[in-house]
Amino acid sequence: MQLNSNLKDGKPIVSFEDVFYSHPNGNVALKGVNFSLRQSEVLAILGSNGAGKTTLVRHINGLLKPTRGKVSVFGEDTKQLSSAQLSRRVGIVFQNPNNQLFAQSVRKEIEFGLRNFGFSEDILKKRVESALNDFSLLDYADRPPMELSGGEKKRLCIALVLAWDPDILILDEPTVGQDSEQKEKLSEMTRLLQSQNKNVILVTHDVEFVWPLQPRIILMANGLIVADGTSQAVLSDSDFTNRADVLAPQLVDFSKLMGFLKPFPSAPFEAEKILRIEHG
Amino acid sequence: MLRPVSATNSSNPVLGRAASDLIEIKDLNFKYFGSTTPVLQNVNLTVKNNEIVLIAGHSGSGKSTLLRAINGLIPHQHSGDYSGEVLVDGLKVSETSMSVLALKVGYIFQNPENQIFMFSVERDVAFGLENLALPQAEMRERVDWAMELLQIKSLALRAPHELSDGQKQRVAIAGVLAMKPKILILDEPTSLLDPFTAKSLVNLIRDLRSTLGITVLIVEHRLDLVAKICDRMVVVDKGTVVLEGSPREILSKTDVSLFGVTEPTIVKLSKRLSLEGEKLALDAQELTTALKPVA
Ligand SMILES: Nc1ncnc2c1ncn2[C@@H]1O[C@H](COP(=O)(O)OP(=O)(O)OP(=O)(O)O)[C@@H](O)[C@H]1O
Ligand SMILES: Nc1ncnc2c1ncn2[C@@H]1O[C@H](COP(=O)(O)OP(=O)(O)OP(=O)(O)O)[C@@H](O)[C@H]1O
Ligand SMILES: [Mg+2]
Ligand SMILES: [Mg+2]
Repeated sequence: MQLNSNLKDGKPIVSFEDVFYSHPNGNVALKGVNFSLRQSEVLAILGSNGAGKTTLVRHINGLLKPTRGKVSVFGEDTKQLSSAQLSRRVGIVFQNPNNQLFAQSVRKEIEFGLRNFGFSEDILKKRVESALNDFSLLDYADRPPMELSGGEKKRLCIALVLAWDPDILILDEPTVGQDSEQKEKLSEMTRLLQSQNKNVILVTHDVEFVWPLQPRIILMANGLIVADGTSQAVLSDSDFTNRADVLAPQLVDFSKLMGFLKPFPSAPFEAEKILRIEHG
Repeated sequence: MLRPVSATNSSNPVLGRAASDLIEIKDLNFKYFGSTTPVLQNVNLTVKNNEIVLIAGHSGSGKSTLLRAINGLIPHQHSGDYSGEVLVDGLKVSETSMSVLALKVGYIFQNPENQIFMFSVERDVAFGLENLALPQAEMRERVDWAMELLQIKSLALRAPHELSDGQKQRVAIAGVLAMKPKILILDEPTSLLDPFTAKSLVNLIRDLRSTLGITVLIVEHRLDLVAKICDRMVVVDKGTVVLEGSPREILSKTDVSLFGVTEPTIVKLSKRLSLEGEKLALDAQELTTALKPVA
């Protein structure tokens, strides 16, 4: 594939320029979206049901092409690229796992993507085993994916996309059905990928999951971006969150109610320390 | 009362069934056809009329399976090894048809795609009602009521398969609410809803419990959203009920993360500040009030 792989620092990995998208039935789902993403940035997209989040991320791996405006990924206009070309470097975990799973067994499901991208049988074997292992799926390897629990299906979808090691990982509602351990793993995975200079894009309604990660946040409502900035700036401003039907994380609410100047970024331990000082 | 539940702890044979017990599960065991390990093992659980019960536990611990045993999908749709007994409003689930059960139990699937299939949102919301043989006017009223509650009136004529996933979830919930079932069962209902709508749904459930007198079972991983409205929390682990008690009791005395349950940040903070038991704060407002008593 001929994508500019030597992107200089500062050049965006993904850019949206005045992007509009109308669904075939005439619904306008994106109404002029502008943003760009730098290498190793972690981005979380939050917002109202029907705001256009899923529609937006489907443009990044070329599943959808803009009706108007331009989407570039790795410096190339996605209109010039097929979704097949892009998907090797842009992995997307769908919001609904049933749209992603069709093989006879969990193991075959993971093998499928790898074989599709032409990995040698040698590497394929190793990758499948480590994916099964990393996501605690070994016990399920020979089971039909359709018989897994909701959370197990989602976990499998994440495992199979990660197996081909994309440069941009898009997770549409990754915490659905995930218990505390899996959510913890997801956070670790996000940080690890970031340290490898990759990009993770999280589309989620789970503000409590997002807050400790402190990613860049984009809020969407009605086909438009209504806020774009740091977690602190965006999620502690109720003018922004209200417009996108988002609620502030618990620690932000608490900091506001207590009259602290800046919300605690993460673990309650820090909050505890401050409280002990303030209240003796 | 918080108590570890022993596997053999069956309902009291002397006292028998209390009139207020709406759902009774006795020594339930279930293994899916073709599986090697049982998914439910010696489950004993009683749900009282008008209670809101939260079911939590690891992914794969058997929560959805337990719900299926109450609405009749197990054993009627999923074959397997089944033993024990499930009674819903006095009816033995294994001997009652799904259509009769559906009149009592409204079930919201974990994945909304399992329950929307009509050509328009409005028709979808009305679908269950059509089997109730209600007068046309009442049907219209209920459909409008449910669409209003879920804020989907503007989508009434849209095709359900052309909606966003959260919009589909709202349609699925509206369809079940329109039936005004005596028992409402929700499997991770908030996971696809935007935070504002999720919170409205939780408040709505709390209100419907008083106005319609319904009984509610909710499976949720996000306690920050639902713990506050639940009377009781049941923790399921490897197919058995391992803990039950009020959310405040369980969260105070147990490290729920051992059972795959994320401890809400405010709960963590409350515990570190030794605000526990009845004093445990479940949200920011409660914690602030505890720390800053009104002057
Ligand atoms: N139709 C089925 N056939 C065989 N096994 C199944 C079937 N459905 C679920 N299982 C298995 O039974 C176990 C319990 O599944 P269940 O769906 O009840 O879990 P859960 O607690 O709801 O999990 P989650 O939080 O991920 O939704 C899982 O290990 C799952 O793989
Ligand atoms: N296949 C489709 N055909 C027509 N319109 C669609 C289709 N899928 C989604 N839409 C519409 O496009 C808009 C954006 O949908 P999208 O799925 O991107 O929302 P979202 O922000 O991901 O919402 P959610 O939080 O519910 O997942 C919505 O108005 C939706 O109804
Ligand atoms: Mg979506
Ligand atoms: Mg489940």
